[in-house]
Amino acid sequence: MRCLRAIAPLSVVALGGALMLMQAAQAQEAPEPAVAQADPPAADAGEASPREEITIGLSSDVIEIATDFTGMDLTIFGSVNNPRADSIATGGYDVIVVLEGPPRPLIIREKKRVLGMWVNADSMSFDDVQRSYVLASTGALQDIATDELYRQLALGVDQRFFAPANPREASWRVEAFSAALKELKERDGLYHEGTGDVRFLSQSLFKASLAIPSNIPLGTHRARAFLFKNGMFLDEDSTGLYVTKDSFEQWLFRQSQQNGFLYGLVAVLIAMLTGWLGRLMFRRD
Amino acid sequence: MGIYLPVAEISVNLLVLLAMGGAVGFLSGLFGVGGGFLITPLLIFYNIPPAVAVATGANQVVASSFSSALSHFKRATIDVPLGLVLLAGGMAGSAIGVFIYGWLKARGQLDLAISLLYVVFLGVVGSLMLVESVQALWRKRAGRPPELRRGGQHNWIHKLPWKMRFRRSKLYVSILPVLGLGAAIGLLAGVMGVGGGFIMVPALIYLLKVPTNVVIGTSLFQITFVAIFTTIIQATTNQTVDIILGLLLMIGGVIGAQYGVKVGQRLQGEELRAMLAVLIIVVALRLAFNLFVTPDGIFTVID
Repeated sequence: MRCLRAIAPLSVVALGGALMLMQAAQAQEAPEPAVAQADPPAADAGEASPREEITIGLSSDVIEIATDFTGMDLTIFGSVNNPRADSIATGGYDVIVVLEGPPRPLIIREKKRVLGMWVNADSMSFDDVQRSYVLASTGALQDIATDELYRQLALGVDQRFFAPANPREASWRVEAFSAALKELKERDGLYHEGTGDVRFLSQSLFKASLAIPSNIPLGTHRARAFLFKNGMFLDEDSTGLYVTKDSFEQWLFRQSQQNGFLYGLVAVLIAMLTGWLGRLMFRRD
Repeated sequence: MGIYLPVAEISVNLLVLLAMGGAVGFLSGLFGVGGGFLITPLLIFYNIPPAVAVATGANQVVASSFSSALSHFKRATIDVPLGLVLLAGGMAGSAIGVFIYGWLKARGQLDLAISLLYVVFLGVVGSLMLVESVQALWRKRAGRPPELRRGGQHNWIHKLPWKMRFRRSKLYVSILPVLGLGAAIGLLAGVMGVGGGFIMVPALIYLLKVPTNVVIGTSLFQITFVAIFTTIIQATTNQTVDIILGLLLMIGGVIGAQYGVKVGQRLQGEELRAMLAVLIIVVALRLAFNLFVTPDGIFTVID
C-alpha cells in the first residue's frame, strides 16, 4: 500500500523536527515556529515562560489510495512545544486530533411504507456537510474538557450541526434528519471518535492514529490538532491533506462525469466493436 | 476475481458478471429475444444501483442488437425506410424516457419506478406467454393444427392519414402508428434500458401487418440505433453508463448467445416459450418481493 510507505519517512521527519523544537525550548529562546496560531504570542514572552503550543506535521500532504482500498490508520506525529515540567509530571496535557473531510451538500431520504411497499417518502437537503470526521484523542472527551468548550470549538461528533438548504425547515424535522444522518455516517465509519488513539511517545512528542475508513471521501481534508491542559484549551494547529485516487477506474469515473457525451460515444463504439467481433468469431450467419 | 465498477461505485466479482452476461446471452440465443429485460433485474439482484443497471442495459443492447442486425443487413431482410420512420419516433421517445428517468432520479423515486415497471411488464408479458404457449401445447397434444392468426386485411390503423409506401414490406400505411410504436419502444429504452423487441415484433406483425421475413431485421435495425442514441444521452445527461460493467456483460452475452442458438435448434418452440414465460414470472415475483421487504435502514444519504 502506497500510503503505508508514506508513513515511514513521515515519522523520521516529524521526529527530527520535534527533537529540534525540544532543543529550542530548552535553550529558552525559541524562535516563533511557522505555525498558524489562534492568538498572538504573549507580550511578555521574553523572560516569562513561553506559551505552550502544539505542532503537527505530515511528510506528504497527499494520500493516494488504490481502488481496492480497505481503510487504514493514518499516523500523524506532533509535539507540544514549551511544555511545563509540572504539567508533564502530572500528565496534564491532552491532545485531540481531527481529520475533517471536505464539506459538500447532500440529500438524506427517508423511506416509509406505502401500500406495503417501502418508498422514499420524505427527504431533506443540507448545505456543506463534512463528508467525514475522524477524531483521535488521548482519552474520553468528557475527561478532557467541558461540553461548553467543545461547543465553542465545534469539536467532536456531538458538535456536528447541519444547516438545511431550506432555512425555513421546522426545527424538529432538522433535528430528526440530522440525527439520522449522523447515525448513518457513524455506521459507515465516516464519523468516528477514537478514544485513546493519541498517545504520548515522550514528554512532548505524540502520535495520533486516525481510523480512515475505506469509503474516505476524495478531496481536500483538514487535519487539526487541539492542545488542552487541565480542561483548558491552549492551542490549535492545522494542516491540509489531499486525498486522491489515481487509477484507471477513477479516471473513467471523472470522464463519465465531465465528458459525458464523449464517454457515451466511446461506450457505443466499444459495444459495436464487441458485437461485430462476436459475429466474426462465431459466424452465426 | 474482484473488479471495481467506476460508475456503479462498487466492487464486484468479474466472473459473476461474465456468467450473468453469458446466461442472459444464452437465453437470448435460445429464445431469439434481446435479453435486456432480464439483465436489469439480475443486476439489481446483484446490488448494482438500478439507475446504473438501466443506463448500462441500453449500452449492452447496442452490442447484442448490432451483432444480429449486421446479419440481417447482409441478408437484406431490413426494410430501411420503415426502420428510419420507427427510429424517428424512437429517438423522440428515448429522449422523453431519459428525461423522465432524470426527473424521477432527482426525486429519489427512480429505483422504485424501475422495479415497479419491471414487475408490471415482466408479469404481463410472462403471463401472456405462458397462457399462449400452454394453449399451443394442448392443441398439439389434441392433434389439432396450430391456429393461424390472420386478422382482416384492413383495420382502424389503415384509416389514419399521412400514408407512406414501404416497398420491401409491401405496405401503404399511415406513418402515425409507425412513429407511435417507435416512440413507445424508445420510451422503454430510456426508462427501462431494454431493446423492446418483445413488444416491437408482435406489434409489427399484428398491428402493421409487416411481412414476417423483414420484421426481425427491421426491429433490430431500429433497436440498434435507439440503443445507441439512448446510451449517448444517458451518458450525457445522467452520467450513469458504466463502461466496465457494460463490457463484461457484452462479452458474456456474445459468447452465451452462440450456445443458446445451438441448443435452441434442438428444442421445440412451445416448450421453450413456456420455460421462458415461467422464468420471466419468477423474476417479476422476486423483484416484487424486494419492494415489500423491510430495508436495512429507512434513511439513505445521497452525496
